[in-house]
Amino acid sequence: MNKPIRRVAIACLLLFAALLVNANVVQFADAKNLRDKPGNTRTLYAQYDRQRGDIVTAAGDAIASSTPTTDTLKYLRTYSNAPVYAPVTGFYSIVYGATDIEAAENSVLAGTDDRLFVRQLTNLITGRTPQGGSVVLTIDPALQVAAYQALAGRKGAVVAVDPSTGAILALVTSPSYDPNVLSSHDEKSITANWKQLTADPNNPMLDRALNETYPPGSTFKLVTAAAALSNGGYTPQSSIPAPNVLPYPNSTKSLPNYAGEQCGDGKTTTLIEALTISCNTAFGALGETLGQDALRKQAEAFGFNSTFSIPMKSASSVFPTGLDDAQTIQSAIGQYNVRTTPLQMAMVAATIANGGTLMKPYLVKQLVGPDLAVIDTTKPTAIRQAISAEVAAELTTMMESVVDKGTGTTAQIPGVKVAGKTGTAENAPGKAPHAWFVSFAPAASPKIAVAVVVENGGGANDATGAKVAAPIAKAVMSAALKESQ
Amino acid sequence: MSSATATGLANAAKAIKPRRPRTRRGVELAMLVFAVLIALAAYTDVGMARSQKVPPDILTYGLGLGALVLVAHIAVRRFAPYADPLLLPCAALLNGVGLVLIHRLDLVAPKAENSDATLQLAWSAIGVVAFIVVLVVVRDHRRLQRYTYTSMLLGVLLLAVPSILPARFSEVNGARNWIRFAGFSIQPGEFAKILLVIFVAGFLVAKRDALALASHRFLGLDLPRGRDLGPIIVAWLVSVGLLVRGRDLGMSMLFFGFFIVMLYIATERLSWLLIGLLLFCGGTFIAYHLFAHVRERFEIWLHPFRYAKSTGYQLVQGLYGFSSGGLMGTGLGKGRPDLVPFAKSDFIISTIGEELGLTGLMAILLVYVVMVSRGLRASLSVRDSFGKLLAAGLAVSLAVQVFVVVGGVMRLIPLTGITTPFLSYGGSSLVSNWALIALLLRVSDSARRPAPPPTPRPDDAATQVVRL
Repeated sequence: MNKPIRRVAIACLLLFAALLVNANVVQFADAKNLRDKPGNTRTLYAQYDRQRGDIVTAAGDAIASSTPTTDTLKYLRTYSNAPVYAPVTGFYSIVYGATDIEAAENSVLAGTDDRLFVRQLTNLITGRTPQGGSVVLTIDPALQVAAYQALAGRKGAVVAVDPSTGAILALVTSPSYDPNVLSSHDEKSITANWKQLTADPNNPMLDRALNETYPPGSTFKLVTAAAALSNGGYTPQSSIPAPNVLPYPNSTKSLPNYAGEQCGDGKTTTLIEALTISCNTAFGALGETLGQDALRKQAEAFGFNSTFSIPMKSASSVFPTGLDDAQTIQSAIGQYNVRTTPLQMAMVAATIANGGTLMKPYLVKQLVGPDLAVIDTTKPTAIRQAISAEVAAELTTMMESVVDKGTGTTAQIPGVKVAGKTGTAENAPGKAPHAWFVSFAPAASPKIAVAVVVENGGGANDATGAKVAAPIAKAVMSAALKESQ
Repeated sequence: MSSATATGLANAAKAIKPRRPRTRRGVELAMLVFAVLIALAAYTDVGMARSQKVPPDILTYGLGLGALVLVAHIAVRRFAPYADPLLLPCAALLNGVGLVLIHRLDLVAPKAENSDATLQLAWSAIGVVAFIVVLVVVRDHRRLQRYTYTSMLLGVLLLAVPSILPARFSEVNGARNWIRFAGFSIQPGEFAKILLVIFVAGFLVAKRDALALASHRFLGLDLPRGRDLGPIIVAWLVSVGLLVRGRDLGMSMLFFGFFIVMLYIATERLSWLLIGLLLFCGGTFIAYHLFAHVRERFEIWLHPFRYAKSTGYQLVQGLYGFSSGGLMGTGLGKGRPDLVPFAKSDFIISTIGEELGLTGLMAILLVYVVMVSRGLRASLSVRDSFGKLLAAGLAVSLAVQVFVVVGGVMRLIPLTGITTPFLSYGGSSLVSNWALIALLLRVSDSARRPAPPPTPRPDDAATQVVRL
């Protein structure tokens, strides 16, 4: 009987070999995959066992911090001035996971980042409970609050950027929500609040600054003008056709000016004048002459058709392909299917302000270890030269003209030269247009570039970019300039 | 002849003279001390991690476990001196580690009265008593052969009782495989396992020749005759049927496993394995189509994360536990094994994986490998067929049980509820496994025991003594 017993012994050994191999798969090869499963509350519990690091504004105020509790989850995440900072901090929930900076910088905040390894090793040896590191943002609380208050609950967004670095000074969406109600330890109330927030028709959890795209309307004329100045042989003083009505090729329809107004003498105008009064027919005709490829190339140089990671990924702004002539005309004035995020328009303004260099927008200034040692500082990086310095200077002059004597006079700040552009974007038949304003100041040595959008003009009847959006931009720029004085 | 040659010859004579094989009880004692020390170190580790101090009852616990192990060792010295020296230390190590893990899980969800660890320690004591009783009563394993059919009756009866009892006396968590009365609960399947191994061994020894030789040839395979097959098929059907009725799928797979393996060993014919495999596949197929709970097990096995919040919760939580343990584990007392339902019983292996890591889990699995291989070694070296079948059956049932539970918990095979020998919380499993080890020790003792010196025959003596 010994022969079959030996064979059985081998079979038993194979059974155990299968168990050992399988154990290696579950605990080693596949372990990371299992740990990262969205439903794995264990990872979450482990993270609640140690104090999570703070999220701090550029001024040093903690806008997200963890306080010790007495329940099974040892720390509670709380947010101060929560709705103002919600699109930046995001939430940290036992039910719905984490979003925004809470998610993007989770490894540092949770203290599991490799850059914290040596410190955590010391903690392991000394037996101290490891702590998370802090994330210092580029957000300037004065600007963030000013922008949030200026929006005053209307649907819209504000993005403010330091043009020379790409540092995001304000990132505001409205209406907003309170991340505290999703970050409590009460699963039932979290679920109830989540249901309420997601059912809200105003969509308060949507980050309109990063993740919503709007037709840019006349603010896109900056891109069309940039394309003309860059490769069309145009100067701000070039004379361009500006009919009262621009007929669409192969169509009975035509493009009118805003409220049927007349540009210049009704036949031609200069490029600078066309931008100053935001002449639709002039820019439509210009776009048709330049062609869709030149427009697209310029738009993409500014960042259209790609995303920004700040580190949260923004939605991609779109300049469409395969346009016919009529669609090209409409696209040149930021209509048809051209869509942009407020962040993208802020970057267009910032690029012009920064001598044509598009900087990489970023939200995280520094990562700080639990021992307060700086473990990483973001260095500003240039993405590309979107336009030449000369074109940037010419556009600046044109944008100054807009605020001085054109459509953007509502953004004037006494004693400071402001460069700006209004936009009043048609979006749906029968609905009020979106009000836009993009600007930077001071025009000669820009400290801040801003993009503002107010959806459907905030409900006002005769809403325009000048009436609704420009005052918000002005408030934010004033706050920034007051600080830098 | 010089004196040097004379001593040389004398030495040679001494060398030729068969020496008594060493009993190796010293090795066993040393290994036992080692096993107890590991358990105590683990116990201290839990205390340090949970409350930053050496647990105050470490002495009680150490003395308790030490005393149990020592008593078992003395019993082996006395009643099975030539027994395998590794089986008892392996059992002691697993039992000790199991106690620590149960104690560790107690700390998370304290009970007002006796903690589960205390109860398990009491059950360990009863287990060691059972171990000693088996060693004392079964002085020669061949005597068990006389009780072949008694074992079968008793085993089948044990299996049948929970199915006959009203559900409130027999059902725990959807499986009717318990006998519960007066605050006690027994899983009779654990005991039936040993009884049925005895029955199959005895039956096969009796019918071995008939099964191996008389056959029909069919499709190039030698198939046994129906009348030889009869009793064993009946016994198999009864036990498996009862198990299916009791929804105890794990036990059912275990029984099937050792039936087939023992048949193969007895007949040395591969056709048995093929028949067994076919029966198994057929049985699985039928069960899959007949029973919703079997289908559910398969479904959870294939897509555990789809049922992560419902029926697959336990399996998925277990997998999360394993993954959070990683290579080295979180350290005893530092993980969250309490997130896994039934962490003390069926899922105790996930606590090991989480807190002791892949390293600790593999070490524990290798302890089982040592136990199974020592059991099979006893089977190989014992001289009688019954002993061979008995030891192989017991060793294989141990291997299959570990495979079924660990494979199930780690998603290698569909999950079926069954205990992890010596580690899981539960008296029946502990006591029956201690009895199982005692039987393996008994067979290994007989395998290594030197043949008794030829006793003078009484009639020889009569011829020499001349009575006047």
